Amino acid sequence: MSEAFRPLSPVSHHPVRLSRVLWAALKREWCLQVRRRGDLINPLLFFALVTILFPLGVSPVSEVLAPVASGVLWVAALLATLLSLDALFRPDLLDGSLEQWVVSGQPVAPLALAKVMMHWLLGSLPLIVLAPFLGMMLFLPWSAVPALMAALFLGTGVLALVGAIGAALTAGLGKSGVLLTLMVLPLYIPVLILGTQTVQYAIAGHSPLPTLALLMAMWVVALMLAPWAISASLKVVVQGQ
Amino acid sequence: MWNWLKQCYHRLGSPKWFYQISGRWLPWFGVACVLLLSIGLVWGLAFAPMDYQQGNSFRIIYLHVPAAILAQSIYMMMAAMGVVLLVWKIKMADVLAKALAPIGASMTFLALVTGSIWGMPTWGTWWVWDARLTSMLILLFLYLGVIALREALSPEDAAAKACAILAIVGVINIPIIKYSVDLWYTLHQPATFSLTEKPAMPMEMWLPLLVMVLGFYCFLAWATLLRARHEILRREQQAHWVRELMLRE
Repeated sequence: MSEAFRPLSPVSHHPVRLSRVLWAALKREWCLQVRRRGDLINPLLFFALVTILFPLGVSPVSEVLAPVASGVLWVAALLATLLSLDALFRPDLLDGSLEQWVVSGQPVAPLALAKVMMHWLLGSLPLIVLAPFLGMMLFLPWSAVPALMAALFLGTGVLALVGAIGAALTAGLGKSGVLLTLMVLPLYIPVLILGTQTVQYAIAGHSPLPTLALLMAMWVVALMLAPWAISASLKVVVQGQ
Repeated sequence: MWNWLKQCYHRLGSPKWFYQISGRWLPWFGVACVLLLSIGLVWGLAFAPMDYQQGNSFRIIYLHVPAAILAQSIYMMMAAMGVVLLVWKIKMADVLAKALAPIGASMTFLALVTGSIWGMPTWGTWWVWDARLTSMLILLFLYLGVIALREALSPEDAAAKACAILAIVGVINIPIIKYSVDLWYTLHQPATFSLTEKPAMPMEMWLPLLVMVLGFYCFLAWATLLRARHEILRREQQAHWVRELMLRE
């Protein structure tokens, strides 16, 4: 009997290893998210546009723009991440994939983590690459760019993990833009503060390592705790359908 | 003693029992609230000595401090109720959490408003980007987020669990927010105000404040029980005992 026609038993005697599940989930997320190009590019355009609004709205002079550059970039990055997260779980809820996650017998937390990781990889990494160029347009000193990128690297991870909790809670709603923002933005404030502080330290010529270490600590805590909150939220949403 | 407490806990988990027991507690909390608040207000506003630096404007602390204390402790209570709901699946916990959220939001708002009224004569400005003010403002938004989430989600038990998760996530975040806002404040704010070092409060000022805090807690208990009782009647309107109760009245 060939492999494909082996009868399926309801209780598998050889449980699938978690690492294989995780790998399969990552591959699935990669395919899904790469094929929805618009969802990947739109947040980047949003990031660039919001940044461009500030010279137009405030002042194009470098004396005004340089001191606020780090704050502007961080606020724009934060909003772009938040908006891109809105549709993180909704398509999967609508097509029944989330239900399959819950009944698969696998823990939901690693599956959700795979989704968030892939979203961060495809959504936030381009944003981090784009940030120095936008920083240049805002007259951010080059000496602060490594600190900006490092802070964005850690910070967007926290933003994605925390925001995914909100995205999971609101997945059952048709549209949740404002609600998601209201729920998640207060939780984003520490990242914003530490992120801009890191860049400010670098501009002032100090070592940005203390705030980077704090960002790293937040990243580790978020990586540890957020998947459980996401999985609990997803179960609530699937049951509520 | 332990068994009695356990029994009490389980009985309070039943809406019917909670309704009956809280009906007996309600007038006591109401009376205690009115007594303590009126004693505290008259004592604090009329008889407590005037502050030698701030004059009479300091008297607003008799509203401000109790409101600020409640604002923070109500969020903790809400999150504790969330844990009870998610771990023991006791539905009464959600009734209480739902009752607590708007009270907490109003207390936070009251603390912010009284603080800003006090700030005008003392600091010469309505609003300062001070660490404490900012974290209170963020707390207000956390409350509004929980309330908005409950409004938006449709099956009631799904909304309950979602709010519980959000409240717990918020409680884990509150110390982080507080710490980061403190860091931001100490780095940005030049020392404009030297009011951070408060003179130790004399007993005549501190006692009415204590009475006010107790009065606010009694108000909290009274308002929460009242709101929870209404919520029970609404949720259990199909239950036999509610119908009997309605027919009797």
